[in-house]
Formats: sequence, C-alpha cells, structure tokens
Amino acid sequence: MLEHYLSLFVKSIFIENMALAFFLGMCTFLAVSKRIETAVGLGVAVVVVQAITLPVNNLIYQNILKKGALEWAGLGNVDLTFLGLITYIGVIAAMVQILEMILDKFVPSLYNALGIFLPLITVNCAILGGSLFMVERDYNFGESVVFGIGSGAGFALAIIALAGIRSKMKYSNVPAGLRGLGITFITAGLMAIAFMLFSGIQL
Amino acid sequence: MNKYYKQLIDPIFNNNPIALQILGICSALAVTSKLQTAIVMALAVSLVTAFSNFSVSLIRKHIPASIRILVEMTIIASLVIIADQVIKAYAFDVSKQLSVYTGLIITNCIVMGRAEAYALQNPPVASFIDGLGNGMGYSFILLVVGFIRELIGSGKLLGYTILPLNTDGGWYNPNGLFLLAPSAFLLIGLIIWTMRTLKPEQIEED
Repeated sequence: MLEHYLSLFVKSIFIENMALAFFLGMCTFLAVSKRIETAVGLGVAVVVVQAITLPVNNLIYQNILKKGALEWAGLGNVDLTFLGLITYIGVIAAMVQILEMILDKFVPSLYNALGIFLPLITVNCAILGGSLFMVERDYNFGESVVFGIGSGAGFALAIIALAGIRSKMKYSNVPAGLRGLGITFITAGLMAIAFMLFSGIQL
Repeated sequence: MNKYYKQLIDPIFNNNPIALQILGICSALAVTSKLQTAIVMALAVSLVTAFSNFSVSLIRKHIPASIRILVEMTIIASLVIIADQVIKAYAFDVSKQLSVYTGLIITNCIVMGRAEAYALQNPPVASFIDGLGNGMGYSFILLVVGFIRELIGSGKLLGYTILPLNTDGGWYNPNGLFLLAPSAFLLIGLIIWTMRTLKPEQIEED
C-alpha cells in the first residue's frame, strides 16, 4: 500500500510533471520565472493550494457528483458530473481566498512573501488540471492527497529550475528577436526533452 | 466599422495573446499534435472568449469590484461547460483526445485576461469583437503549430496522407520529435522569433 503511494508520488513529480509533461500552468510558469525568489514563493504556494484543493474536490466528486454517489439520498440515477467544472473552480477560488485570510492573520511573513501569487493561483491551470486528472483517473481520497502534494512539488521543481536557468542566461548574448519570451520557450522545450527521459521508468 | 475591423485584426499580428501577452499558453502546447484537435480547440476558445467578454461587459456596471473575479469565473465556467457538452455531443473522438484541456479553457488566461482588461471598461459589442479578435490571434498560433507538427510528425493533414510514409512504401521518414510535447515549445519559440524579427518594436529589453 505504501509502495503504491510512493510510486504515485514519484510519478506525479517526475514522469507526469504538470508543467513539462502536461503544459499546465504555463502562463505563470513563463511569466513568473524571471527571479529565483519569486519562483520559490510561487512554487510553495502551488504545493499548499494543490494539497488542500485536490482532496476537497475529491470528497465532493466521490460523494456528490459521481454517478450513483447520491444513492444515500435516494437519487441513485443522478449523474452530476457535468457540474464538475464549475464546482471545482468554485472550490479552488474559495480555498485560495480562505488560505489568504488564514495566512494574513496567522503567518503574516509567509503572506507577505507570497504576495500577489496567491490570488493568481486561482487561474493557474495546474490546480484545476490536477482536479480534472483526479476525476479522469478516479483517485480515492488517499491517492488524491499524495497526487496533490506530488503534482504541486513537480510544478515547483520545474519553475525553480527554469528560474535558475533564466538567471544564468542574463550573462549570455541572445539574438534580439529571441530575447525574453522566445528564448524562455526554447529553454522550456529543452527542459521538457530532458524530463522525457523519466517517461521510460516503470513504477 | 473601421474601428471594429482594426480591433479584430490587431491581436493577430500586432498584439498576439500568445506571442506577446503571454496568455493562454497551456492549451496551445498540449492540443497541437494534430491539426484537427487544434481547430476544435481554437474554435472553442474563440467563441468562449467572445461570449464571455460580451456577457461580462453587459453586466459590468452591476458587478461589485470585490467579487468580480468570482462573477467572471462563473460566467466563463458556464460557457465552458456548454462548449464541453457540445464538443462531446458532436465530436466525441476529438473530445477524448482533448481530455482535460477543454475544461481548462476556464483557466485559460486569455478568457480571464480579456474580461479583466477589456470587457470591464467597454461596451458589449466592442468587447465581443475584442474577444473574437484575441481568439483569432490564439487560433492563428494554434493552427500554425498544429499544421507543422502534424505534417512533419506524421506526414498527414487532418488525417489525410500528404507525404507518403516509408513504412507504407512511400519516401517520407517522419520526425517523431514533432509528435512529442517539447516540439511545441521549440516551434512557438521560433514563431515568436520570426514575428519579432518582422516587427522589431516587439523585442523585449531585459
């Protein structure tokens, strides 16, 4: 059992990396990776939000939305999966808001460090994507906790690595038209090729 | 009329959402390994952006600023659910290939970004055109990338053989890299390079 969770964890970080294998959260991935400090802040925020929202969405999916989940209320034939999208995004927006208030009240230092990134996370596709993958693969509660932390950590790893490469790139002479966004795309492409090495691993 | 035309064409080359505004990149990379999925995605995003801009603009004077994100999200999510159900009903195979990415139109920054940046300040018709224009800018990149990836990666376009593969007795040896995810990054990087070489005012200084 533990082995199953461990392999899911490793798989969600390296083999199915949110940013480099599924291209989720690309907007923030490319826009917020200019400096390492901000990338670390965003990475931490994504891990925290992902670890909270995925299990919550999992509970909602398994107990309310899934076909036959409303058996206990005498509504065994009701299939509410089409309401999934609007529910998950609502949960994510609400969770981010609550997390923001809690951090502001109890851990102001972390709140100030994360700054603008917390509200931005609502529109980070990696978060919603995580919930949708959870539904598509029908994870149970334990798996969704592990997958949430793992996929968040994978995204954090990718964005911090990209920020590191970009900060080194300041010293190189990039052709004028490629400067900024262009070369970042190509760097990310090369990183994605490197991450593909993991895809041959069977767990 | 001229103003609307400019608004419609401007986001395609001069202010492209993907190449210049860094909006809506996730799906641009993930759905472009075939031209067909790219076309469906491009249509869905353009329509959702146009109609969400239109609806947000209609009620822009009644939305309290503090909950506007939530209101916009609700509008966008409802439109995406409609798009998702339509694609499932009329193009089931494509919807299977798009997997979670239709749902992810909700968090596609183009939709949200245009609602925030344009529709909240402008009248409905202009917002509709702006949404359509930005959707077209997005579609333009998607179609170019999808075209190149499918042609070089599998020698086909929309499933029809263009370059006969050597496995079927033809001459073309497909480049498998173009079917894999990283090629999309490289291609968009090169498209940005081309666009900025043609329009030097877009070059970033950093």
